[in-house]
Amino acid sequence: MNTMHWVLPLVGWVLAPLMLGIINRVKALFAGRRGPSVWQLYYDLFKLLQKASVYSRSTSTVIRVGPSVVLACMVLATTMLPWGEWQAPVTFLGDIILLAYLLGLARFATVLAALDTGSSFEGMGASREVQFAALAEPSFFLGMLVLVLHFGFSGLSEMVSEISFETWQTSGVLLILVGCSWFVLLLTENSRIPVDDPNTHLELTMIHEVMVLDYSGPDLAFILYAASLKMWIFAALVVNLVVPMHSLVPWLQAPTFLLGMVLVMVLVGVVESILARLRLLQIPKVLVGSALLSLVALIVRLMG
Amino acid sequence: MEAFILGCLVPIVLGVCVLPIRRSKAAPWIAAFGVWVGCGIAAVPVISTLAGPVSPALQIAWSMPGGSLTFGLDGLSAFFCLPILLVAPLAALYGCTYMAREKKPLGSASFFYNVLIASMLLLLTARNGLLFLVIWEIMAISSFFLVVFDDEHAHVRQAGWTYLVAAHIGTGALLVLFALLGKQANSLDFDLMAKAALSPTMATILFVLAVIGFGTKAGFIPLHVWLPEAHPAAPSHVSALMSGVMIKTGIYGLLRILTLLGNPSAAWGWMLVIIGLVSGILGVAFALAQHDLKRLLAYHSVENIGIIALGIGAGLLGLAWDQPALAMLGFGGGILHVLNHAVFKSLLFLGAGAVVHSTGTRDIDHLGGLIKSMRWTAVTFVIASAAISGLPPFNGFVSEFLIYLAALGGVRSEAPGTVILAIAVAGGLALIGGLAAACFAKAFGVVFLGEPRSSHATHAEEVGAAMRWPMVVLAAACLGIGLLAPAVVKMVLPAVSVVCGVPVGALKEAPYAVTTDLAMGSLTGIVYVSASLLVLVICLLLIRRHLPRGKEEAATGTWDCGYARPTARMEYTASSFAQPLTDLFRIFLGTRKHGTAPNGFFPQPTIFETQTPDAAREYLFAPLFRLIDRFLSPMRRMQHGRIHEYLLYIALVLVLLLIWKAGGAQ
Repeated sequence: MNTMHWVLPLVGWVLAPLMLGIINRVKALFAGRRGPSVWQLYYDLFKLLQKASVYSRSTSTVIRVGPSVVLACMVLATTMLPWGEWQAPVTFLGDIILLAYLLGLARFATVLAALDTGSSFEGMGASREVQFAALAEPSFFLGMLVLVLHFGFSGLSEMVSEISFETWQTSGVLLILVGCSWFVLLLTENSRIPVDDPNTHLELTMIHEVMVLDYSGPDLAFILYAASLKMWIFAALVVNLVVPMHSLVPWLQAPTFLLGMVLVMVLVGVVESILARLRLLQIPKVLVGSALLSLVALIVRLMG
Repeated sequence: MEAFILGCLVPIVLGVCVLPIRRSKAAPWIAAFGVWVGCGIAAVPVISTLAGPVSPALQIAWSMPGGSLTFGLDGLSAFFCLPILLVAPLAALYGCTYMAREKKPLGSASFFYNVLIASMLLLLTARNGLLFLVIWEIMAISSFFLVVFDDEHAHVRQAGWTYLVAAHIGTGALLVLFALLGKQANSLDFDLMAKAALSPTMATILFVLAVIGFGTKAGFIPLHVWLPEAHPAAPSHVSALMSGVMIKTGIYGLLRILTLLGNPSAAWGWMLVIIGLVSGILGVAFALAQHDLKRLLAYHSVENIGIIALGIGAGLLGLAWDQPALAMLGFGGGILHVLNHAVFKSLLFLGAGAVVHSTGTRDIDHLGGLIKSMRWTAVTFVIASAAISGLPPFNGFVSEFLIYLAALGGVRSEAPGTVILAIAVAGGLALIGGLAAACFAKAFGVVFLGEPRSSHATHAEEVGAAMRWPMVVLAAACLGIGLLAPAVVKMVLPAVSVVCGVPVGALKEAPYAVTTDLAMGSLTGIVYVSASLLVLVICLLLIRRHLPRGKEEAATGTWDCGYARPTARMEYTASSFAQPLTDLFRIFLGTRKHGTAPNGFFPQPTIFETQTPDAAREYLFAPLFRLIDRFLSPMRRMQHGRIHEYLLYIALVLVLLLIWKAGGAQ
């Protein structure tokens, strides 16, 4: 492990809030508005960290500890992300399994903190969150299995560092299928349209936003920052999968990676602008569909 | 070995001692003391076996035809002893306080508890088919008497019958198994059975019998019907012992038989993988639909047995395909999960027991907000919930990780079988893990968080120290195994070597050493990340407190979108929380909904309830037993209560046997 490798998570920790700013800017452009500054989330976080907290009388320690657990999970998960050939500081055989389960722990903490308030709104959000997460996880692992089958089983950094232009020529279909599947996961896990709407704070159909209704002050800052890190993690997975970094000269890889991240955010913004959100009952079908994409990729790989 | 037998005898002796004073308040404490001493003595040979050489088997003369009193302690037996030695003393201590309010004499329950523990320990070391079956039966009977402790309730008696019938269906299959295997080998000693030359068909028949016989005890779907009945009916410390430890004797028996059957075929592995997937997914789906806290936990035992079966199935496929890495990691993950499940499941049952003890109800929808009155129980329960959902940094993640590693590391693009296995294991485990997290978010969230939903929960109080400390120790074990994963996995290696049929030393050489090193490397990485996670959480909490206004807190009501006076009755309930997921599985669950919707401008009071009876019980076993009943009812005429005719039957049978034997001699 090299100290240079810590640059990757460091950049992630610094730039993650910017990514949500980019999405909002894209959405504003589509809507014909000027929209908030791309740095808005930084201002919000700074402001929230200086405030005091308000807690419901129904709550216990859980809601006070929850945000720290969620943020710690996301911070650690960021350290496992490579940039193409540039290895992550934390990498070992099967690290991607731990990454998925760290996200699971974060979700568990969010859900428990939501139930801690005793609000039926938050109970509703929590119930939906666990339902969609249970369906999304197999989809993630099936996508990973395609990578394992193609590159052999090793750490995430080693697997994605092999993706090059030749990989695209020989098995581009696989990458596209898994990429699509993981992009759907990105939308689901980060509660974006068409699964959830980050803008509607008071609707009966919301999922993630409703679970964080009772946070305030520094707790809300932790939660918002953790959410932006989660977006960074999923986007980084998609970029690592789709961009053939192996074929690029080393000094070009980092800028390409960042450009890829921005493009994913633009794509999310476009999707949010042109799609309506789905009815809740339809979402399981989308998730199972995305798992099927990975399964198709597996079959293609086995046949070919 | 002698020390081990002595350790098993101490609880029995003290158990017998308390029978004359069974009405005394001191009886359970004396019996529990016996468990502590006995487990302490037995722990010495167990640990030395796991650490070093296997001591020779102990043989004692026994004048039973075909039987021999042979006891042996190898890596497999020793590893399966660990959960018993850990959980039994803690549950015994817990039970002393838990049962203190009972008006009934407790001596006989303590006696059966001690017999159950001794029989489990002896079962793991029995090296003769007949001896094994006798101990197996003692174990079943003693646990039956513990289940029916509250026999004044009809539902407890009903649960007891279900358990007794299920246990004996299993024993029936085992009788046939040992009879067939003994005939092939001309001996009932395990050592000689292992040398018997079996045809592949015979071996498969024996394997299926073992799956039925041991699967009934372990709780493979659809043989699991007794678990959701017996675990809620039994006193909580007994449920902890039965669910955490006793059902694992089924897994032990299966693995032991596998060592006797020679080289496994791939079909056996697939069979276990399918059983594992079905038990895992349906177990957790049924758990989601339950309102009874202990019944929910019982279904989670089915789920975890499914995970163990997945691991063992992967291991068997590894042996069949000659992939040592797959075999080692599969068996290793499955066997380690046995220990892990024992730790967190007994902790969960003890926690549920504390809730029942303190509130008097097991119905999740009547509870809520207990974290404020029962802090210790809540904290240990949430640790166990995270552990059973397979979340880092706790122990459940370690064993599930090994099974993932087995399946994903074994993938070869030229062998489609490995890919199908990886899809089954990775997809299955991910789904099971997600659903388990959902279920425990529901269980912990509805029971311990929010506002109390009834007066039961309002007046709850924390339980006494003798009930609290066992839970704390088990919670520490959940975290400890997670953080000391490489060391714990080293303890599994002797057990894996027995199942793989290679000496322990060979695991340190090629082709096994590569796998060990790889797994150790990964586990070290996990331990680093887990430890950093804990440190980071603490740092973030400290940072959060030292922010400019971090310590200021204002109190207010929960934000209910402007509604000013939300009451506890408006909270989300367990049923509503799980409804989206149970609806996804409705074709398997068959949930029944009763009630009417409120109607008109001034609606009358109305009720709504859901029930999810066990599908296997309703649609498989109930019709089956009705059918058997119809065929056998004419035979009732033989059973009429006239004793002289019964004596005639006995005389007739003896004469027939004599004729048969004498005729055979010529």
